[in-house]
Amino acid sequence: MLKNQAVIIYLLKGVAFTLILSVMAVGIGLVSGSVLALVRNYCTTTKTKLFKWLAVAYIEVFRNTPLLLWIFICLVFFPFPEVLSRKMFGLTSVEVKLLFKASTALILFTSSVIAEIVRGGLNSVAQGQFEAGYSQGFSTVQIMIYIVLPQAYRKIIPTLLSQVITTIKDSSYLANIAVIELMSRVKTLLSSSYNYNGTGTVNVSDVFVLFGVAAIIYFIINFSLSSVVRHMQKHPRIPKGEARVS
Amino acid sequence: MTEIFSAQAWGKIWIFRDTFLLGLYNTVRIAVVALMLSMILGVVFGLMATSGKKALERSSRVYVEIIQNTPLILQLCFLYYGLAFSGNSLGIITTGIIALGIYHGAYMAEVVRTGIGAIPKGQFEAAESQGFSYIGKMYYIILPQSIKIILPPMVNQVVNLIKNTSCLYIIGGADLISVTYSFVTGASTGGAYGPAYIVCGALFFIICYPLSTIASIWENSLKMRDQKTSDLGNAIIEGTVTK
Repeated sequence: MLKNQAVIIYLLKGVAFTLILSVMAVGIGLVSGSVLALVRNYCTTTKTKLFKWLAVAYIEVFRNTPLLLWIFICLVFFPFPEVLSRKMFGLTSVEVKLLFKASTALILFTSSVIAEIVRGGLNSVAQGQFEAGYSQGFSTVQIMIYIVLPQAYRKIIPTLLSQVITTIKDSSYLANIAVIELMSRVKTLLSSSYNYNGTGTVNVSDVFVLFGVAAIIYFIINFSLSSVVRHMQKHPRIPKGEARVS
Repeated sequence: MTEIFSAQAWGKIWIFRDTFLLGLYNTVRIAVVALMLSMILGVVFGLMATSGKKALERSSRVYVEIIQNTPLILQLCFLYYGLAFSGNSLGIITTGIIALGIYHGAYMAEVVRTGIGAIPKGQFEAAESQGFSYIGKMYYIILPQSIKIILPPMVNQVVNLIKNTSCLYIIGGADLISVTYSFVTGASTGGAYGPAYIVCGALFFIICYPLSTIASIWENSLKMRDQKTSDLGNAIIEGTVTK
């Protein structure tokens, strides 16, 4: 079955979609998650408190409900820009629509998780950094951009990479609504495998071959990422400036 | 979107409330049994990983790495279709319990391993020098100390486990999400998307929110206490605190 070149290409395209989706979700999630984390942490004056509670509500609601629920919700309610309603990336317009809505759900969900990660990083920045910034005449926004966020980001790099792993795994949820990433392609192949294996029926061996291949692909990607994470945690890079101070 | 405010749609949910309750019951039932399975696996493999015996450590590592680096949906499908096509299907709920238990067992094993790893070596040596057997040492000395490190991440895993019961949808499960989805798409019950999803999300939220809040408060208070003790330690070393 794996000798069939079309099957291989079909699967590899699924891998590409899985990777692109996950990296995109984490990238966009990092931006919106940072905003959420900053709002949740520092909008504490009476005027801005409303925004803080909105951010808290967003984060807690998304963290405590399953991703699949949000995929279903986005499928029904999220508006789809008609501009995108055409064939692209070798997909039909219906598939593009599904992809768009499902990846929106993934992004929304991932931002809430990343918001908590960024918040952990922000909380680990010492209070003295703010005071030092103020004493040098920085405004709060400048302190955030030039002093606090860079330090926070450097601390959360390993956690963010683990989040990429989690998102790659979570993207398999999109198989539920037949988006075109790896997992759903495997399922499609399984249900039509009688066309390829020459026996005319779906056999248990097909299950093992297809899911085995998918498992190996996922494992290779995720294991190499988690090895990088482990390496980073074991050998934290000490920035040149800090080493001299102590 | 307007149906969120329509009394008729909400009325429909109320009429079919038993459906949602059944889904909730299934989700809770699956989560509880899978939790017990994952606890057992977690403690066994966590102890194996800290036993100091190469073969045991390695097999625990292999289990954890394989399970943590592949998606739950893949494992579930593998198990379900593998069993179904070889002619001995266990049923959706049992398969789901096994897959969830094995998946979260790997995470529990990591939690237990880090918990035991955080105990100072002297404690192990002290217990051995007092003639404790392996089980006695673990049961009386090590586990009681590591439990406070283990519990907060374990509660987080429970939250994830409850959320992950939604995976069962892919094999046609009977959990809350699947029930909700078949409710909103069913021929006789169709429509009422908004209210149905709100109810489903609210049920998940009610279960998960207290758990995850407890876990994070707990974690923070542990961190604060560690900070205080280490600050105190440093102060004593520096001589700023007498006695």
